[in-house]
Amino acid sequence: MFTYTLRRLLLAIPTLLFISLIIFLLLDLAPGDPTANLPLTIPPEVKAKIRESLGLGQPIHIRYLLWLKQFLIAEPLHVMDYMFGTDWAMGMQRVISWQTRSPVADIIAQRMPQTLWVVGLSYVIGTLIALPIGIISAYRQYSWFDQIGTFVSMIGYSVPTFFTGVLLIVIFAVNLGWFPSIYDTTHVVTDWDSFLFQVRQMVMPVFVLALYNAAQISRYMRASMLDNLGQDYVRTARAKGMSEKVVVLIHVLRNSMIPVVTVIALGVPTIFGGAIITEQVFKVNGLGQLLITSIYANDIPMVQTLTFIFAVLIVLFNLVADILYGILDPRIRYD
Amino acid sequence: MTEPSLAPPPNQSPEQAPDQAMAAPRNQWRDVWDQFKTHKGAFLGMIVFGLFIVAVLIGPFIWSIDPTYIDIRARNQGPTFAHPLGTDQLGRDMLARMMAGGKVSIAVGITAMALSLLLGTLIGVLAGYFKRLDGPLMRLTDLFLALPLLPLLLVMVMLFREALAARYGPETGVFILIVVAIGITSWMQTARIVRGDVLALKEREFVLAARSIGTPSRRMITRHILPNVLSPVMVSATLGIANAIITESALSFLGLGFPPDFPTWGRLLFDAVDYLQQYPSRVMWPGLAISATVLSVNYIGDGLRDALDPRIRGR
Repeated sequence: MFTYTLRRLLLAIPTLLFISLIIFLLLDLAPGDPTANLPLTIPPEVKAKIRESLGLGQPIHIRYLLWLKQFLIAEPLHVMDYMFGTDWAMGMQRVISWQTRSPVADIIAQRMPQTLWVVGLSYVIGTLIALPIGIISAYRQYSWFDQIGTFVSMIGYSVPTFFTGVLLIVIFAVNLGWFPSIYDTTHVVTDWDSFLFQVRQMVMPVFVLALYNAAQISRYMRASMLDNLGQDYVRTARAKGMSEKVVVLIHVLRNSMIPVVTVIALGVPTIFGGAIITEQVFKVNGLGQLLITSIYANDIPMVQTLTFIFAVLIVLFNLVADILYGILDPRIRYD
Repeated sequence: MTEPSLAPPPNQSPEQAPDQAMAAPRNQWRDVWDQFKTHKGAFLGMIVFGLFIVAVLIGPFIWSIDPTYIDIRARNQGPTFAHPLGTDQLGRDMLARMMAGGKVSIAVGITAMALSLLLGTLIGVLAGYFKRLDGPLMRLTDLFLALPLLPLLLVMVMLFREALAARYGPETGVFILIVVAIGITSWMQTARIVRGDVLALKEREFVLAARSIGTPSRRMITRHILPNVLSPVMVSATLGIANAIITESALSFLGLGFPPDFPTWGRLLFDAVDYLQQYPSRVMWPGLAISATVLSVNYIGDGLRDALDPRIRGR
């Protein structure tokens, strides 16, 4: 297991390097010039200086290597300096956002908590709802509970989040006025009332995302439970005189959790990046919204960094899912 | 699949059984269709999807108001006989815009699905059939799966929109861009499924028999392999349409899709959000249309999966 993990980690390095190259080239070779929108009154030599200051003067492979160095060495050192008070990164150039002229890592650190709270919470809630629904649906297959459960999960899976979000705003914010339609990020929780306000503004975005996540996970859970309920070991367990509770919740559930756990692990990267649309609908200024605004503003370093961070997370959680698979299922051995 | 199924059709009721010996051998697709019909959701989904297609194709001939015709005096109207779905902030007829938008959305969905299916099947068959290509092609698939797709799609649309619009005109350029962008970011699942199926098929006797009479690889693939991987491909086709419609409307919703005067369902929804407080119904129609289409396509996929699975069919 350990050697497998190590091998996969080593294999992840060329993958990530290749992805970083794709992201870099895609952004770099694309038509369009970041200085194209500057006023025409700026003399050409000043314009050349501006291009130089944005790091556009050198040939492409040098710029790629410089970007890698900034991203992989300078930024982590800066983050460590900040956390432990050391000064390893003295004088190293950071990845600077073109939009705000501040280091990209700082802005991401500011935006991270909102995304983690709203999207992370919705993922946890979605999973917690989905598991029991999937279990009961499979156990009572074709019952009314199952019919309703599969229909709702089909709807949650098919209706895009930008429509559910807008629909909720129309019903609960515009017509009923129960919840605010815009997420106020500057709100600070100090006492019970402000906590209640925080809960109220989080209800709608969390619900939209939780419905979407729960729909997907409960479909997997139901399918996996159904696969296992028909197996011979279930009949054996029943024949041994075990109670239904033990059979379903211990024998079947444990086995059918194996694929579901990996599905849940694979969905984690979307917490950080995926909820772009929901964040846009409810005006939560998290990472997804940061990506959108920097795309609008042609802020290439920010887009590169964010996309690359998402790629790192996806590769990492793919690895986590594979390792979990090996840990949970003793039949799977990678060595 | 080319060979007719000679086994007696399993899903006939007992009273039909005496005639069975006389009946002509049933086509396999007939069985699939019979099983498909029993899946209520799928059948309903097919009717809904069919109605949508008919509405967007034939509708504009019956309801012949130009979707881009601006009648500023009739703006922001509620439902009337002249405008059954009301008008928007410039007085354009919503029904006509919904039909024009639906045509684009469904066209994008089907074209992008076809492209991703073509890529996925090609890569899957090549990887499964030729051992030498298996490693590199599957690594490529893994690599694509590790890309953050929605961010990349957004970036691609942002970067290439101007260039393509300048070359092919604003509408065609964006259409090509979105179809290609969705197509090359969604072929991976199909490729994996097809590869798995091809690997299993390659070990079957009929392939061995075909090879023993000297069938060349090209004909082997087109005659023997491709017809047998048709069912997983059809299922991923339906899921691909749903996925492409959602992605296109998400891009339009984020303001990175088609140009403003060119309606698609996502674009209509995006435009209507600004008037959410005053005219919530304008958000409903495009949203409901997207949801109903995707839901029906997903149900068709579910039904097809059951109908094409010979273990389920006939039970």
